[in-house]
Amino acid sequence: MDPILLARIQFAANISFHILFPTVTIALAWVLLFFKLRFNATGQARWMDAYRFWVKVFALSFALGVVSGITMSFQFGTNWPGFMNAVGNIAGPLLAYEVLTAFFLEATFVAIMLFGMSRVPGWLHTLATLLVAVGTSMSAFWILVLNSWMHTPQGFEMRDGVAHATDWWAIIFNPSMPYRLAHMLIASGLTVAFLLAGLSAWRWLRGDRSGGVAAALRTGIVMAAVLAPTQLVVGDLHGLNTLEHQPAKIAAMEGNWETRGNVPLLLFAIPDEAARENRFEIGIPNGASLILRHSADGVVPGLNDFVGEHPPVAPVFFAFRAMVGIGSLMIGLGLAGAWLLWRRRDLPRWYLRGLVAMTFSGWVATLAGWYVTEIGRQPWLVTGVLRTAEAAGPVPAGSIGLTLAMYLVLYAGLLIAYVATLYRLARKGEYGAAGDHRAVPQPA
Amino acid sequence: MTPFLPPEVLPLVFAGLMALSVLLYVVLDGFDLGVGILLAATRAPEERDRMVSSIGPFWDANETWLVLGIGLLLVAFPTAHGVILTALYLPVALMLAGLILRGVAFEFRAKAEDPADKRRWDRLFFTGSLTAALSQGWMLGRYVLGFDAAPAALGFALLSALGVAVAYAFIGACWLVWRTEGALQRRAIAWARSGLWAVAGGIVAVSIATPLTSERIFARWFAFPNVVLLAPLPLATGALILGLHALLGHMPLPRDALRNLPFWGATSLFCLSFAGLAWSFYPYVVPDQLTVYQAAAAPESLTLILVGALIVLPVILAYTVLAWLVFGGKARELHYH
Repeated sequence: MDPILLARIQFAANISFHILFPTVTIALAWVLLFFKLRFNATGQARWMDAYRFWVKVFALSFALGVVSGITMSFQFGTNWPGFMNAVGNIAGPLLAYEVLTAFFLEATFVAIMLFGMSRVPGWLHTLATLLVAVGTSMSAFWILVLNSWMHTPQGFEMRDGVAHATDWWAIIFNPSMPYRLAHMLIASGLTVAFLLAGLSAWRWLRGDRSGGVAAALRTGIVMAAVLAPTQLVVGDLHGLNTLEHQPAKIAAMEGNWETRGNVPLLLFAIPDEAARENRFEIGIPNGASLILRHSADGVVPGLNDFVGEHPPVAPVFFAFRAMVGIGSLMIGLGLAGAWLLWRRRDLPRWYLRGLVAMTFSGWVATLAGWYVTEIGRQPWLVTGVLRTAEAAGPVPAGSIGLTLAMYLVLYAGLLIAYVATLYRLARKGEYGAAGDHRAVPQPA
Repeated sequence: MTPFLPPEVLPLVFAGLMALSVLLYVVLDGFDLGVGILLAATRAPEERDRMVSSIGPFWDANETWLVLGIGLLLVAFPTAHGVILTALYLPVALMLAGLILRGVAFEFRAKAEDPADKRRWDRLFFTGSLTAALSQGWMLGRYVLGFDAAPAALGFALLSALGVAVAYAFIGACWLVWRTEGALQRRAIAWARSGLWAVAGGIVAVSIATPLTSERIFARWFAFPNVVLLAPLPLATGALILGLHALLGHMPLPRDALRNLPFWGATSLFCLSFAGLAWSFYPYVVPDQLTVYQAAAAPESLTLILVGALIVLPVILAYTVLAWLVFGGKARELHYH
């Protein structure tokens, strides 16, 4: 098999596995801070109960994020040595700042947050929780700065095939960064909202009606009701930004072959790259033109303008629909839940079952979104600067295949263990039962 | 950012920062990987719990030094990074798998209800720790001989793999002498005592093998006046080993006096060995192929990182000290509250 393809699959497998856990910890850290502050303010046991349960989920997710993140830091070099050779002068400082400002902060204070409640004063424990939340978000900031720069590079000049920074402000605040960062942070919020609501609904349906379960359930629903519609707006703005800077990606997302006006919003189609047309199209007339250009005859770029230079169409097209589809379900469930809570109704069983079904929906939507944007950047690794094929290393296909198999087995096993552990914790129902004392803080 | 250091100093500063990160990593993750390896030396679940809880608050921050070290290599010496990681592709992957297993086993073992489940995670904890240590040692051996693939060189790498695993187990045992009490502490003293001589053997073997395989390194150590000026290094190492042997022979002392001394002694031993290696390789970042000057990245980017590092590293050190103070003393029983 082609070593470049194998290297890409391996990198994609690793980064897909990795992103699941920061997606949980970025927002969950802030939720835990919220639980802690509510407990500090009200003294109500339910907030501490919620904290105690979810801090365990956080600890587990954090550990998985750390170890898969370390793998990432090596795979930049093992899989894409050409990347650092060409743009190391830009990527290097950004990654270094992530390690210096975020990694050490998280790694050190997470110990105080998880183990230190009985050893440090209450305010220091709350501060540690805050610093962990700041650290996880800061880490997301630097990584998304670098990733956005790879999509919309600026603030540099090329000398002898090597990028040299000329304007760090322009590099950091590159055109797609604010949209991508906001989109990802909200994605993390939504992932956690449905994880909180889904797992709590599951416990509720099994008869665990304790205060901590109800508090987490309500928190999740309110988060979903606020964040899901916000994500619709942010996602739309992100799309308009992509239209401006990466039209080929938009063309693939819309499955639009010819540059023209009156482009429909395709609900379904099977893009056929060989024939350069879609099959079985079902669309809303003028939909894509309206969304992207705000007028029915607005011109939407087509893939045929970028022959040989556009991403593979089908994966981008389908991943985009998966993301938007889940997002729509999230908006529906979030708003329905807010309405039910506002009217002080008991949450009906069908609604709780719906939340249970959506427990891990944030993961699927986040992965789908990343596939849209990353596959959508191909054939470039850094748009207009470096092609993915140019960055590959000289490692033979056999070695990559061997390690890929090892990683896949490992990740599949760990994912099963993670989900099983979440449900075992949830089933246990009582807090701090035998076997896990360390993450069990006591009310002050 | 405009460089404020002369261009010939900058690569040296970064080589120093990188060496510091790697040294901190080897000492810090060394002791917690060592404790993981020593898990296999006891079958008692409560002893294993105590051993794991002694490193629980530390392992994550310890591992971050590896990320910083490899990050600095990537950032400051991109060409060397490519050469080294391509040559060590498989052991790097194996090490990562080991670190993944060890890191997640912390969490999964704590959440296991069934004792058999917990034992399975303990086995993975041990396997992960040992795999990571062996792969790191293997990589060190391959690196020392400039990625020579002759059978003798691979034999040396194998020796180095075992040496590093033993050295980690030794510093892990010294950590347990400090952080545990009672029967477990006495067993840790015994582990440290036997580990010390294995480590001494490893140091002697590497010290003989490296100058013999490289004329450049031989000249560096044995040409006059270096041979006189450098004499304190091996002499101090020898004295330290004898001192540790005597100390461990008398432990535990009344009122648990000097309980942390073996750990700091082991740390000094690691530092001396590291200094020896660093002296052998300077100014190469890839032995006999690339010097730090040839491999360095653009001065503007390095200056930007240096400024960040100079501001942030003291802060990191400060809160690391805070964490060590918070989690000082003997590892407590499992009941943390």
